[in-house]
Amino acid sequence: MTSYLVRRVAGALVILIIISAITFYLFYAVPRDPARAFCGKICQPETLALIRHNLGMDEPLFVQYWHWLVGIFAGREFVQFGSCPAPCLGYSFATQEPVFSAIVDRFPVTLSLTLGASVVILAFGILTGMIAAWKVGQPLDKIASSSSVIGASLQIYFVGPLLAFYLVDTMQLIPRPSYVPITENPLDWFTHLMLPWVVLSIIFTANYTRMTRSQMVEQLAEDYVRTARAKGMSSRTVFFRFAWRGAMIPIITIFGVDLATLLGGAIITEQTFSLHGIGELAVRAVQNTDLPMLLGVTIVGAAAIVLLNIVVDVLYAFIDPRVRLS
Amino acid sequence: MTFPSSTATDAAAESADTAGTAGSGSAVVGRSPGQLMWRRFRRDKTGVVSAIIVLAFFLIALLAPVIAALYGKDPYTTYGQNQPGLLNEFGYPIAPNGGMSGEFWFGLEPGLGRDVFMQLVYGIRTSLSIAVIVTVVSTIIGIVMGITSGYIGGKTDYVIGRVIDTLLAFPSQLFLIVFLPVVEAAFVLPEEETPVWLRYVSICVVLTVLGWATIARLLRAQVLSLRAREFVEAARVTGASPARVIFKELLPNLWTPIIIQATLALPLYVGAEAGLGFLGVGMTEPTPDWGRMFQVGANVYHSDVTYLLFPGVSMLIFVVAFNLLGDSIRDAFDPRTKR
Repeated sequence: MTSYLVRRVAGALVILIIISAITFYLFYAVPRDPARAFCGKICQPETLALIRHNLGMDEPLFVQYWHWLVGIFAGREFVQFGSCPAPCLGYSFATQEPVFSAIVDRFPVTLSLTLGASVVILAFGILTGMIAAWKVGQPLDKIASSSSVIGASLQIYFVGPLLAFYLVDTMQLIPRPSYVPITENPLDWFTHLMLPWVVLSIIFTANYTRMTRSQMVEQLAEDYVRTARAKGMSSRTVFFRFAWRGAMIPIITIFGVDLATLLGGAIITEQTFSLHGIGELAVRAVQNTDLPMLLGVTIVGAAAIVLLNIVVDVLYAFIDPRVRLS
Repeated sequence: MTFPSSTATDAAAESADTAGTAGSGSAVVGRSPGQLMWRRFRRDKTGVVSAIIVLAFFLIALLAPVIAALYGKDPYTTYGQNQPGLLNEFGYPIAPNGGMSGEFWFGLEPGLGRDVFMQLVYGIRTSLSIAVIVTVVSTIIGIVMGITSGYIGGKTDYVIGRVIDTLLAFPSQLFLIVFLPVVEAAFVLPEEETPVWLRYVSICVVLTVLGWATIARLLRAQVLSLRAREFVEAARVTGASPARVIFKELLPNLWTPIIIQATLALPLYVGAEAGLGFLGVGMTEPTPDWGRMFQVGANVYHSDVTYLLFPGVSMLIFVVAFNLLGDSIRDAFDPRTKR
């Protein structure tokens, strides 16, 4: 187990270094460099050269990348701009702050959003899928199956504003979505994030309903189910004690793959409800062509996905005793 | 087409097949796999209805200029600002339901006062054309990479496999918005305005680069299993060149997964392109764009929710129809699959 974890983390680090190197190269090889942006419209060549020197941009690309890597552990000083304590992922010149602290500020928002949505997706998706499988072929199954087709075809940027209009503006059932730190007021945190959670999870929930249903139907045709039934176990017990366990294994695997997509959905959800999370940070950085910020967000996003995938793989071994981590 | 079954049987089946396609009235009419699919598909009512809806959308996109000529408006003129009495002082349509009337079927865009119907028709044209281009190009790249990886194997397979894994593991929505400015910055100086065609091309490029991996991985797995089958081995033993094996033996057996994947991918690309438009990093003004309509709609929904409904409902209909069509095509190609 320990050696497995060490190997996985080492592999993840290698992937992250490759990704950061490629991203770094792509970002800094383009002519739109931060020095020019900072220099402004009337830019003397000497001023530009000085800024470039202060940013360490007059050195070869791989040396710059090396400085960037070292900065993560040692921190960096940018003459005339400001300091960037370790872990330094770069310094954003558009917002005048270290990239890492900007990301840390916004991290709780995105984390709350994706975690809450994951709970909704898994709980609601698996529940409706099991109901559909329990009543397979009956009206309830038909309703669940056809509404999941529509649910999976919905777009966050359509459902989000629409629900906000009817539930918040017109009926005033729930407060306008915003982020209240959970440490400040857990109840407000919950009620203010309710709508974003529901909206972000709609598309995914529909997929999990479909998957759970087909997995359950498949499991119910397995030999062990027949054996259990032959022993005289009630179909209810077989369904809720045995079959669902088998059905969960592929669901967890697919959930691991979906995490990346969920993060993408979080970007759109944040923009829809003006939540100041990492996604919104990325979008604003794109509009300002804030390359250091974009580089930081990309690396953090990639690192989150890689780490979560390791977590999912470990979870997988706990659920399915046949899986041996080696 | 060489299918595993028809390689086993001999020329008799082959001739029956050609006779069937020629339509000559022999006692036993053989049918090509294509004909069988078509017959199965025609019997599927949901599939036929969805196909008609999807076709209608493509026709709207293709015939946008014709529709504009018949309707007598264009997507650029700011009718609401040019004619008094259409927008109020805050820029919202005066007439109820977003200014819907006999003259402006779907109402007026708040602020600029452009015609919503024309915006939508031309927006669908922009978005669908991007989605089609990306689907075609990424499918072709996916086919080439998947077959290369699966057929050659060894180190090539390892390298392509790692690239695919990496591409699939990362948050593509994030990469999408992150790499758009990079692709553009590579061609445009910071002082210059980004030309429309460049934005169009860079959206296509970024979506394609991030999109080909799914189909490549699927085809790689298919090729790996097909490569071990007898009919491929037989072809190789008889001295067939790799090109012949790939094009005559492997590819005909891969059309089904290719077409299924492509039908799954297209609505996803429509959604992704619209997502870019919504985030404000997609097609720029004044080019009409399906996705940017959502951005406008999300900004004005407090006062004018009608505007949002047109792009939203039309996209919902399109994606549902396309997904159902995809399911029907899958069933028609492979009658064994259960849903």
